[in-house]
Amino acid sequence: MKRFGFRLEPRSDLPKWLPWAVPVGSFLVALLVGAIVLSITGQNPFSVYARIVDRAFLSDGAFSGTLVSATPLLFTGLCAAVAFRIGFFNIGGEGQFVMGAIFGSGIALKLGADVPGVLAVASMVVFGAIGGGLWGLIPGILKTRFRTNEIITSLMLNYIAAVIATYLIFDSQSFWRELSGSGAVFPKGKVLPVIAWWPKLDFGSVIVPFGFLLGMVIAGWLYVLQRKTRFGFEMRIVGGAPTTARYAGIKPNRVIIAVAALSGALAGIGGATDVGNFRHILDPKGLQQSGFGYAGIVVAALARLNPVAVVFVAILLGGITNAGYALRGPDFPAGLVGVLQGLILFCTLGGEVLARYRIKRSSQSSAVETAMEPA
Amino acid sequence: MEAATAPAVAAFHVTKKFPGVIANEDVTFDVRVGEVHALLGENGAGKTTLSNILTGLYRPDSGWLEVLGEKITFQSPRDAIAAGIGMVHQHFRLIPTFTVAENIALGSAHDPIGGRFDIAAIEERIVALSESFDLPVDPRAKIWQLSVGEQQRVEILKVLYRDARVLIMDEPTAVLTPVESEALASTMQSMARNGRSVVFISHKLGEVASIADRVTVLRHGRSVETVTENDVNALASLMVGRSVESVKQTSESISLFVADSAPVVLEISDLCANGDRGLKALNGVSLDVRAGEIVGVAGVAGNGQRELVEILAGLRRSSSGSVQVDGESLENGSTRHPIRLGVSYVPQDRMGTGLAPDLSIAENMALKKYRRPPVSRPPFLRQSVIDSEARELMAQFDVRAPSETTPTRRLSGGNVQKVLLAREMSGDPKVLVIASPSQGLDVGAVAIVHQLLLDAAGKGVGILLVSEDLDEVLSLSHRIAVMYEGRILDTVNRVDADVQRIGLLMGGQMEESA
Repeated sequence: MKRFGFRLEPRSDLPKWLPWAVPVGSFLVALLVGAIVLSITGQNPFSVYARIVDRAFLSDGAFSGTLVSATPLLFTGLCAAVAFRIGFFNIGGEGQFVMGAIFGSGIALKLGADVPGVLAVASMVVFGAIGGGLWGLIPGILKTRFRTNEIITSLMLNYIAAVIATYLIFDSQSFWRELSGSGAVFPKGKVLPVIAWWPKLDFGSVIVPFGFLLGMVIAGWLYVLQRKTRFGFEMRIVGGAPTTARYAGIKPNRVIIAVAALSGALAGIGGATDVGNFRHILDPKGLQQSGFGYAGIVVAALARLNPVAVVFVAILLGGITNAGYALRGPDFPAGLVGVLQGLILFCTLGGEVLARYRIKRSSQSSAVETAMEPA
Repeated sequence: MEAATAPAVAAFHVTKKFPGVIANEDVTFDVRVGEVHALLGENGAGKTTLSNILTGLYRPDSGWLEVLGEKITFQSPRDAIAAGIGMVHQHFRLIPTFTVAENIALGSAHDPIGGRFDIAAIEERIVALSESFDLPVDPRAKIWQLSVGEQQRVEILKVLYRDARVLIMDEPTAVLTPVESEALASTMQSMARNGRSVVFISHKLGEVASIADRVTVLRHGRSVETVTENDVNALASLMVGRSVESVKQTSESISLFVADSAPVVLEISDLCANGDRGLKALNGVSLDVRAGEIVGVAGVAGNGQRELVEILAGLRRSSSGSVQVDGESLENGSTRHPIRLGVSYVPQDRMGTGLAPDLSIAENMALKKYRRPPVSRPPFLRQSVIDSEARELMAQFDVRAPSETTPTRRLSGGNVQKVLLAREMSGDPKVLVIASPSQGLDVGAVAIVHQLLLDAAGKGVGILLVSEDLDEVLSLSHRIAVMYEGRILDTVNRVDADVQRIGLLMGGQMEESA
């Protein structure tokens, strides 16, 4: 009787370079598998990859477009990274993003055209944070009070947020909806006053959306918060050892609730950015199609939950998305970009396992039979 | 040296490595048919790894096993069972709502999958087995109705039921009362007389010397020697590899009395509390500890010690009664208040409760002082202070680690305990509550930890020492309180402590005559 098999064994040593080499290696494997998929669909993988790099980063204005795609991913990525760090699995970035967009656009419309731009933009950031934060607070409170699973509650809240946004524009005569002009016939949101349009900063060859800069600053702030502050210390203990946290006089529930709100607020600012910097209108369909909240989980996972790394991963995935827009055409189905992104995630998560375990081939032998019939 | 028949089971040059540790290195030993063979070693000597290899849970990196002289490879525990090797685990693997017979039949080779489940025949066989091996148990009883000792008998029957010829027992006496342990010893010997072999894993010298026919001593993952020795001191030096300062010496180094004038630092009055399942776990506990005094709480685990300790740490709420620390009463259920009042606590579950395993030594040492200056400078923490204070404590308490940034999960048990004691002693506590301080530690580390406790008492800290290890309680405590079913049955001074009597008290027996 022969048995073949593989088993995973914990690695006895973790070289310093491994945590970095594995994601890079996984990325390359994803490209390789992607190349096979592309070949099967009749594409030349080399030329596709070359075009992706070109349209994402190199060609005229490509990087500016990439930053536009990267901005929402940056916020939802930070949202997931912060929450996952303490073991609070907030899958609700999507809904928190939408609530941020609703609150952000609401305050901009309320303030109208007669306020200074700085005030308009600042209020949008604050209200976006409040909207997303409140939405993030709900699963946090449910988890700490009633021990409900935050994965389920935050996921369900995504659908509720989407329905609310749809209701505001399509099924009601709400404050957000344009009721005059073509809006009377085709439901759509009111366009924000131009004063509330977030600036785009021109650095010569690259145009950087204000929202991206804001996200970078927040990422840096989060890094300091996590590594240098008392609250960050408590976060690390709650995340790694909740019982120990209680023992040390920390109230884990308070930390969880605070982080749930913070995480939601980050996605909420992302939603405000989306309205303020790019769409200038509350667009439920557009929000739903883009699925930034879920993509943010991918970003956070690839960044190994490190807020600074989230910035770079957001640019990378934003680049692929951006190139996808450019490449889409009769000969290049839009789904292929999604396939590539999925492959990257799949390979990276698989790589995580390999970083910690090594695969061992089971030694096959017929000694088992001897065991069954001993002399 | 060679026995007439081939050994029931033998290991040759077995090596097994895990991340960062070599659990077994070139281990060779054999178990004869019909003997009780002890595997003796300190914690971390590789006993459990070796038994997991013998039962097919792990495969050796190199080396091989033989059963009755035939070389053999186990792909899984199933193969080991087929080869007649069974394991009696330290932590029982029984389903509480099932009957004894159902548990024994569960997953056994006789399990008629798809066929008729003939419970009567199974019960009959169990009764026959329990009679021939003197393991009385009712096959129709539900597991939850049984005492710990009875549950262990079920575990043993489960292995015998599968026709195991070699029974590996992992620290079988750890959960038993002294009386139950004696019964177990005679069971092991009767199994050996019936031609079975028993591999008996332990670190308790006394029982190894009295029960085992032969002893294989493991040290640092290596098999040191197989002996027929039954001299406790000789075994001890083999196990430790150096002469141990015996417990007696430590105990003589402390004074027998604490002055009556010493202030009471911990006063527990009529404390009641519920356990995890809502049943009454503490039923009016009163106890006080003076400055510089070590009060030992003895008792079999599960008689309310955990609940008592958790209330003192604020991790559990009491339902009535009070706790005074140096005259101030402790808020019920607050974890910060005891820290503020100077109650230090070293929990039994050191890694799971006392430390954050992924955080560094330095961060773990800062766990209770990060809210106060100089570590805290709101909203920031001063990493340099955290690190330098950690380095000082590591030097003072002799914590052996590459640096203060090493995650605590990489430390050995002894160093983990030193990190905890360093942190808990560093804030000049008034009271130190410590649970099972030497559990899982090797003899050398135990001596160090005991010395640290004596030093702390010498500095005037009142220590409440909760331990299931009676020797430990006896050697360190000025007074010994015996807990049984949520009450303190009696408190005795060490000078007139009588082991026999304490043992009886632990079993809930108040003696009728003095």
